[in-house]
Amino acid sequence: MTRRTSPEVVLEVRDLVRDYVVRRPVGRFRRERRVVRAVDGLSLQVRAGEAVGFIGANGAGKSTTVKLLTGVLVPTSGTVRTCGLEPSRQRRELARRIGVVFGQRSQLWWDLPLAESFRLLAAIHRLPRPAWEPRLADLVDRLDLGGFLTTPVRQLSLGQRMRGEVAAALLHSPGVLLLDEPTIGLDVLASERLRRFLRSEREEHGTTLLLTTHDMGDVQRLCDRVLVVDGGRLAYDGDLPGLARRVGAQRVLVVDLAAPGPPLHVEGATVLAVEGDGLRQRLAFSPERTTAAEVLARVAAVADVRDLSVEEPDVADVVRQLYAAAAQEQRRAGDRES
Amino acid sequence: MPTPYPALLVAGFRRFSTYRAATAAGALTNTVFGAVKAAVLVGTVAAAGGSVSGYGAAQAATFAWVTQALLAPVAVFADDELAQRVRTGDVAVDLARPVDLQLAAWADDLGRAAYTVLPRGLPPLAVGALTTGLALPGRVDGYLLAVVALALGVSISFGCRHLVNLSAFWLTDVRGLTTLYTVVATVLTGLSVPVGWFPPWLAVLAAATPFPSMLQAPVDVLTGRVAGAEALRVLATQVAWLGAVLLLGRVVLARGSRRLVVQGG
Repeated sequence: MTRRTSPEVVLEVRDLVRDYVVRRPVGRFRRERRVVRAVDGLSLQVRAGEAVGFIGANGAGKSTTVKLLTGVLVPTSGTVRTCGLEPSRQRRELARRIGVVFGQRSQLWWDLPLAESFRLLAAIHRLPRPAWEPRLADLVDRLDLGGFLTTPVRQLSLGQRMRGEVAAALLHSPGVLLLDEPTIGLDVLASERLRRFLRSEREEHGTTLLLTTHDMGDVQRLCDRVLVVDGGRLAYDGDLPGLARRVGAQRVLVVDLAAPGPPLHVEGATVLAVEGDGLRQRLAFSPERTTAAEVLARVAAVADVRDLSVEEPDVADVVRQLYAAAAQEQRRAGDRES
Repeated sequence: MPTPYPALLVAGFRRFSTYRAATAAGALTNTVFGAVKAAVLVGTVAAAGGSVSGYGAAQAATFAWVTQALLAPVAVFADDELAQRVRTGDVAVDLARPVDLQLAAWADDLGRAAYTVLPRGLPPLAVGALTTGLALPGRVDGYLLAVVALALGVSISFGCRHLVNLSAFWLTDVRGLTTLYTVVATVLTGLSVPVGWFPPWLAVLAAATPFPSMLQAPVDVLTGRVAGAEALRVLATQVAWLGAVLLLGRVVLARGSRRLVVQGG
């Protein structure tokens, strides 16, 4: 396969380590000093235009990595390059070129109307009025912010605020957007809406996306590449189907039947659980081998389905399975050697 | 390329202007304490035979009301807004912006001060004028200098409060330090009694700190206690202290932000 010249690398991390020193009181006067390694020899590259999902369990080092990429935190060792700059030394210069959303924090002015935050951010980014006004009008339109521009930020719902946060991060049209858990706490509809917007933003402007998330839906609908981090190290780098293949991640079809019945043994799926005498059944299937529609068709052929839902593999489960698989491989390799 | 700091100053003004009830409560408290302070200071002057270090009864009462009027703009008491942002990690948002953190915070604080001047300053002055009367010089150039002295006093106060807040990069809890700061500032700024009334040892100690430049200095210029060349010397001292605290603030901020720990999101 011939490859066209690859786009430039916009995010580059090599042998990155970040320790946190945690002091804890022991007894009345003494304090114990403990070093926690949040990022442990991480290396990765992201090229312009990519959409990368950064997943891992709580405390895996995702948020710390995002903050190292923005220069908010200083690395303990190793190198970080974002848009060709050294983030912690050129933090302010970098801030003009990237957009950041910290899902659990707000960059909006709490007491002021939402529109005021955009005017302030335009001033902070030193954007002339003819540059930011059309951009804001476009963001207001596509993120549907028009209804609450004059509402003080503290009175916005989480979904409204998060759309405001994303608009705030994109007002200066950055080439790279870093999102740290942008859909945390959002309901299904609100996160889907945000994902749709991010997809369109990427299509129109070629924005590079790196997002940390606990929601596989984010990764599936937004990202063409997945990085799994665990214990501060990279555990997987590739596409999502590859990840599912690696760990054999299964999706679960939950069906509610019109009448109780025996466990539904259909081709391509295994029964995980049966509740209420078979009124609700949970069928696991591998998305590599079959589809939810096929499994549903087979179930519908033998039973009267009243309601259904499909559950995505949980990120924590996927990571756990990934590690179990890696450990198993190691054991096998060890067996061969001995 | 417009500079962002004037917009941040306006934002500081508007941000604080949303808390109307708190402003009214603060104004009432300042006024009530002004009445108490005026009574005590005037009583002291009377007991001393009509004059203490150049303060007669009218000057002592005026001092009491004017210090109460400027207490809120100068913000003699320490706040912990930035310290809380460091503690919770919200400071990450501030650091991810293309602005100088110190200048942005200074602009915000000047906006806050500008908002508080009238609603927190006028009530004590009005009550003072109606009860004890105010002994003010009534010269325009003196008032213009007083505005400059007040802006410098607010800025020095900002620089010091910013330093107290920056200690949050090292301390997990800054409450002890903010309390200590407030106690020291209440005395050394001249908020309780004029710095000129201090015993010699305390006067020497106060002069070695930026505190008198925050409140006593603008009050002296406003009430005409110092004028002309002497007033300019007071302003020069303020400028020197401002430079010192801002410079120290920059060093501490640079060192502190390298130690920043943001865990959980």
